[in-house]
Amino acid sequence: MPKIVEKRRLTPITALYRVDAPLIAGSAKAGQFVILRVREGGERIPITITDYDRDSGLVTIVVQEVGATTRRLGELGEGDEILDMVGPLGEAPDIPSGGHIVGVGGGFGSAALLCLMKELRARGEKTTVIIGAREKNLLILADELAKVTDNLEICTDDGSAGFKGFVTERLQQMIDGGPPGYPDYVISIGPMPMMRAVEKTTRGANVPCTASLDPLMIDGTGMCGGCRVTVGGEVRFACVDGPFFDAHEVDFDEAVSRGKMYVKEEQKAAECQRAAHQEEAA
Amino acid sequence: MPVKRVEKTPMPVRDPHMRAHDFEEVNEGYCFAHAMFEAERCLRCQDPVCVDGCPVRVPIADFMHAVAANDMEKACRILREANPLAAICGRVCPQEAQCEKNCHMTKRFGPVAIGHLERYVSDWEMAQPMSDEVQEPWREEKIAIVGSGPSGLVCAGELARMGYHVTVYEALHAPGGVLRYGIPEFRLPNSILDWELDQLKRLGVEFVNNVVIGKTITMDDLFGKYGYSAIFIGTGAGLPKFMGIPGESLNGVYSANEFLTRINLMQAFDFPNAETPLKVGKRVAVIGSGNTAMDAVRSALRLGAEKAMVVYRRSEKEMTARIEEYEHAIEEGVEMHWLTNPVEVLGEDGWVTGLKCVKMKLGEPDESGRARPIPIEGSEFVFPVDNVVLSIGTRPNPLLVKATPGLKTHSWGGLLVDERQVETSVKRVYAGGDAVTGAATVILAAGAGKKAAEAIHHDIQSEAA
Repeated sequence: MPKIVEKRRLTPITALYRVDAPLIAGSAKAGQFVILRVREGGERIPITITDYDRDSGLVTIVVQEVGATTRRLGELGEGDEILDMVGPLGEAPDIPSGGHIVGVGGGFGSAALLCLMKELRARGEKTTVIIGAREKNLLILADELAKVTDNLEICTDDGSAGFKGFVTERLQQMIDGGPPGYPDYVISIGPMPMMRAVEKTTRGANVPCTASLDPLMIDGTGMCGGCRVTVGGEVRFACVDGPFFDAHEVDFDEAVSRGKMYVKEEQKAAECQRAAHQEEAA
Repeated sequence: MPVKRVEKTPMPVRDPHMRAHDFEEVNEGYCFAHAMFEAERCLRCQDPVCVDGCPVRVPIADFMHAVAANDMEKACRILREANPLAAICGRVCPQEAQCEKNCHMTKRFGPVAIGHLERYVSDWEMAQPMSDEVQEPWREEKIAIVGSGPSGLVCAGELARMGYHVTVYEALHAPGGVLRYGIPEFRLPNSILDWELDQLKRLGVEFVNNVVIGKTITMDDLFGKYGYSAIFIGTGAGLPKFMGIPGESLNGVYSANEFLTRINLMQAFDFPNAETPLKVGKRVAVIGSGNTAMDAVRSALRLGAEKAMVVYRRSEKEMTARIEEYEHAIEEGVEMHWLTNPVEVLGEDGWVTGLKCVKMKLGEPDESGRARPIPIEGSEFVFPVDNVVLSIGTRPNPLLVKATPGLKTHSWGGLLVDERQVETSVKRVYAGGDAVTGAATVILAAGAGKKAAEAIHHDIQSEAA
């Protein structure tokens, strides 16, 4: 079982894990994901690969504790093992060379950008990263991102760091001619409302934009079809055809609606988890 | 020995009203007396035609003799030799279309219950004490099996018996393939599959879960870096088909694969103890008429659906499910709507509210030889439903092919194999089961796994010589 060799808290509800998974580290490409399970009877959840190191065999993931499984993962520490971890899954995005490539990351989406930006830097691309969060304390991996991009633009809703406003407002400034220059290609990773807003912003200026979708999944190999999304009027499976799709072609209404399918059940699972914890504590 | 010219001994089953609410096995299995009596019904034909109906040619007559003589050990040996997945096939084979169809008793009295006896003998075997001893491979060559469904398991077992090092790679967190994620507990308990897996482990077969060949490890690496001498692909036909009608992406619409995987692999029936949820409303429509459709619709009942129905565009005659599954479904209260074709899934606020269908009539035979269903104009109507489950077939998964240059397929996705029906377009890469034939049965996959094992052994040995 993959062992957690390093764990670092990034925010009160987000942690970074370096996991000993040499097979995955050996074949991973930027933009791919893993599926993990933390306990018997637990869900299988997809998590984007933040980084990998072929030599040490370590895979880095960043997980926000929002549901039963991610919270349980959050309780694990260094030396603990993750029950199941399979990958790398999905296809790496095909990002065109040349021009100014802008990665936009919202919330823990910034983590998913790290690996991609590292790869683009290795390719010699000119890049900018815009990351955003509600406030300064919720920004993640800013230092790491700064090292792998030409320009790191930070946005906070409350102005506690960097630009005061949304990532899309900063992106719009660039489209309008502001520094660090017009975006020729945009990679968007983050919560659905953010990706939707980035799509809208880029659509107005005809800027190509790819979005990393993270619908519900079970197997991650194309077997269940639960992760289906409509792209350009066609049904695609995010697990094997994605997770990156042309943002301008994605049916976001449908994706948002499908993402909410199990909201009630997720709450129930979380309640049960809390009840079990209280019982344990008592 | 007196031959009993009486009707087939029925399989004892649990009460439909009870069983329709839980996932315990429906069939209870023969008792000793049933088995003795039923084995006596075999006519001991000079030319046992039943064997011709069996894809793996179990010597059924010899097997019957052994059961009738109460020599269960011998019966087991005969059975296992021909069919390494006997405990599973005794439960899920469509015997009425295979061995039992050919039985000379079929016309007048009903066939000898070959399937039920296969299960009886396997259950006897499972009750015997087993040693923990693990067999050591005695040959040098290593073989990799991709996928742990029926074809892979049989291929693995056969090769291990021949002395090879065998590793089975599985993408999911538990082995078994469709036997694990597809067939529900009430038809094939996981404990049976686990017992079969234990047998393979005792033969020295190694199982590696959570590895997707083509993603985690490439085929090239299996040969080069890992040093396997041959690879068997048994990746099945797991890619679900959708109908392409409006509304298929509404919440509450599932592929049968997803519906059953949530239940069987992820144990959604135990939610919230098991954390994977499944939304089953009061009214569930399952589209299709195969075993998977019956599994899905009967699972829906067990998860609390008050109205569970099968919707199929052809008639009862063209239904592809095993007769037993069909009868059990009816007993449990499943509604069958034949000659009914869904044209649209209706929804409100993103959720399914109904299934719009059109009535069909049968026309001239189509390319499949079955009467072509033709829509009756103006016959559209709506079933108010909360869930729609699509069980209209599956295709081979293209993941491995996409990742492996040189691996050739038919246009519909099935792997191309040589004239021996085992080797793919890549040397030393063999394939069998649904990945080659498209969705078929457990026993056909088992037969293909066995055949591939023989070919792998032959090819490796002839090269060494």
